Amino acid sequence: MAFLQLNALSKRYGAVDAVVATDLAVEKGEFVSLLGPSGCGKTTTLQMIAGFVDVSGGQILLDGRDITHAKPASRGLGVVFQSYALFPHMSVRDNVAFGLKMRKVPAVEIASKVKQVLELVRLAPHAERYPRELSGGQRQRVALARALVIEPPVLLLDEPLSNLDANLREEMQFEIRRIQCTVGITTLMVTHDQAEALSISDRVVVMQAGRVTQIDVPYKLYEHPRTRFISDFVGKANMLAGDYDALGTPQVRHEGGDGELTLSLRPEKIQLVDAGTGRVQGKVLDRYFFGSQWLYRIHTSLGEITVVRSNDGSPPLGRGTAVGLQWHADLLRVLAADEVHP
Amino acid sequence: MSRGYLLSLPALVLFAGLLILPLGLTLVLSFNVFDYQVGVKADEWTLAHYLALFSDAYFYEIFWRTFWISALVTLLCVVIGVPQAYILSRMGTPWRSIFLILILTPLLISVVVRAFGWSLLLGADGLVNQVIQALGGRPLKLLYTPFAVIIALVHVMLPFMIIPVWTSLQKLDPSAEQAALSLGASQTTVMRKIVLPQVMPGVLSGTLIVFGLAASSFAIPGLLGGRRLKMVATVVYDQYLSELNWPMGATIAVVLLLVNLLIMLSWNRMVEGRYKKSLGV
Repeated sequence: MAFLQLNALSKRYGAVDAVVATDLAVEKGEFVSLLGPSGCGKTTTLQMIAGFVDVSGGQILLDGRDITHAKPASRGLGVVFQSYALFPHMSVRDNVAFGLKMRKVPAVEIASKVKQVLELVRLAPHAERYPRELSGGQRQRVALARALVIEPPVLLLDEPLSNLDANLREEMQFEIRRIQCTVGITTLMVTHDQAEALSISDRVVVMQAGRVTQIDVPYKLYEHPRTRFISDFVGKANMLAGDYDALGTPQVRHEGGDGELTLSLRPEKIQLVDAGTGRVQGKVLDRYFFGSQWLYRIHTSLGEITVVRSNDGSPPLGRGTAVGLQWHADLLRVLAADEVHP
Repeated sequence: MSRGYLLSLPALVLFAGLLILPLGLTLVLSFNVFDYQVGVKADEWTLAHYLALFSDAYFYEIFWRTFWISALVTLLCVVIGVPQAYILSRMGTPWRSIFLILILTPLLISVVVRAFGWSLLLGADGLVNQVIQALGGRPLKLLYTPFAVIIALVHVMLPFMIIPVWTSLQKLDPSAEQAALSLGASQTTVMRKIVLPQVMPGVLSGTLIVFGLAASSFAIPGLLGGRRLKMVATVVYDQYLSELNWPMGATIAVVLLLVNLLIMLSWNRMVEGRYKKSLGV
């Protein structure tokens, strides 16, 4: 049995199903992300695990113990909130020490544990400061330290990076992963940011309209999205109509109209080649510069196709340039229809 | 003169005309000589009224009574108002507005009317005594006691405690309470260590407003304290309108103002001093 296990966990608010029969098994030491658009039930799931929201049905097992209806205090989980939820009237040291004081840990031990964890999150010099005197990233570290110091079996992160600006967000992503690996703690993170989920998780759980639609390691999730929604939500994708040929291989439909299949083709999997060559001919409609890459919107007989090309120093294509598009046939992914419509 | 000062002129005129001027006149009046035959002698000055005030045990008693009643009213308002404000802030959308209005509507009814309401309830054959008698008890003397004054003052002052506390509760991050719970705190500990310290600025404003208003209240002690149970404001009224000794009345009013200020400022310093560092006020 997994370390943290959700069995058919569900939550109803009146007539609304917020979470529908969710099964999930998280192994000890694993970093799992719950990914989905807002309102998909990911935060409700986290809050049920933390014990802030009553469970409507199903079971939560932690290390074999049924905690479905246990009080938050008795679960002993570490929680980091989107707003950080620091205690504004306490210094960093007192914030971090709070959980240990509640556990009646001897003062000497509290002092050494707080010191240790503040060093882990690189905040030791700021122990006497108050939360209002810290930057967003530092507050985030305090919240992490406060959750980690009680040595919880599971760390729950609720959109931990959404209040940080882009540069800091990336830095904190790596920082969270570094800390998680150092401590070896089982972690469940809720996020709506697919890049965040892909970069630091061992496995990603995609949720849509209260249901889990795919659970996979990040690479597989990106390369083999199961449904149209996932393909669109995780990274960018070109959706193409397609059919199976006589051999049962999926082929792009060139005749127009709906095929029997929906195929996904990632923009960076397409090569731009000389006009007249390649599988499809097109004309550059627009181009956007992202520093490390160029994004082209190309008009083709298959519809508009997005192509991403790394900025390798070669001159970019101007608007109106005629190009050919080439790709490996085995990079086409067949998508299942969405079971749920948001 | 900059535009800002010009814009504040109407408020300044109002402030000066309705507050500074009458206060100044009261202060001047308190030093005027009073003669029972000819009344106030506007051009003769004396400290006699202040000496009379400070040498008479009667006034000490009244000042002492005024301040312990006000302090008790303030304490009761904290004990009742803070939990009430907390419950209010935790209510769902339709109920919160309904109860907020319920708390505020008494402010729309004249204090005099509410005082009469209480005297109807607490009188010798009022509702409370009727119930006691119906249950076989002996009727109690409730009206014209400190009890009647205190209960009516708490009723009148409660909104002034609830509103500032409610305002500071609005600024609280609800997930901070969840964080404390997840860290192993009980609901009581969350209240004591997380919620209460953060609403202290609101509680402080509330206590200042309630204490100030209670110590200078006139209608409630006048109507529910009766002729015997005097408080400072009712004594001032007596001096002006029964004794016609305006300078003595002015003296008592000035001393009440100063003592009130002194108490409120020291209280403010004391509480703020304790929470200054942690709350950054």
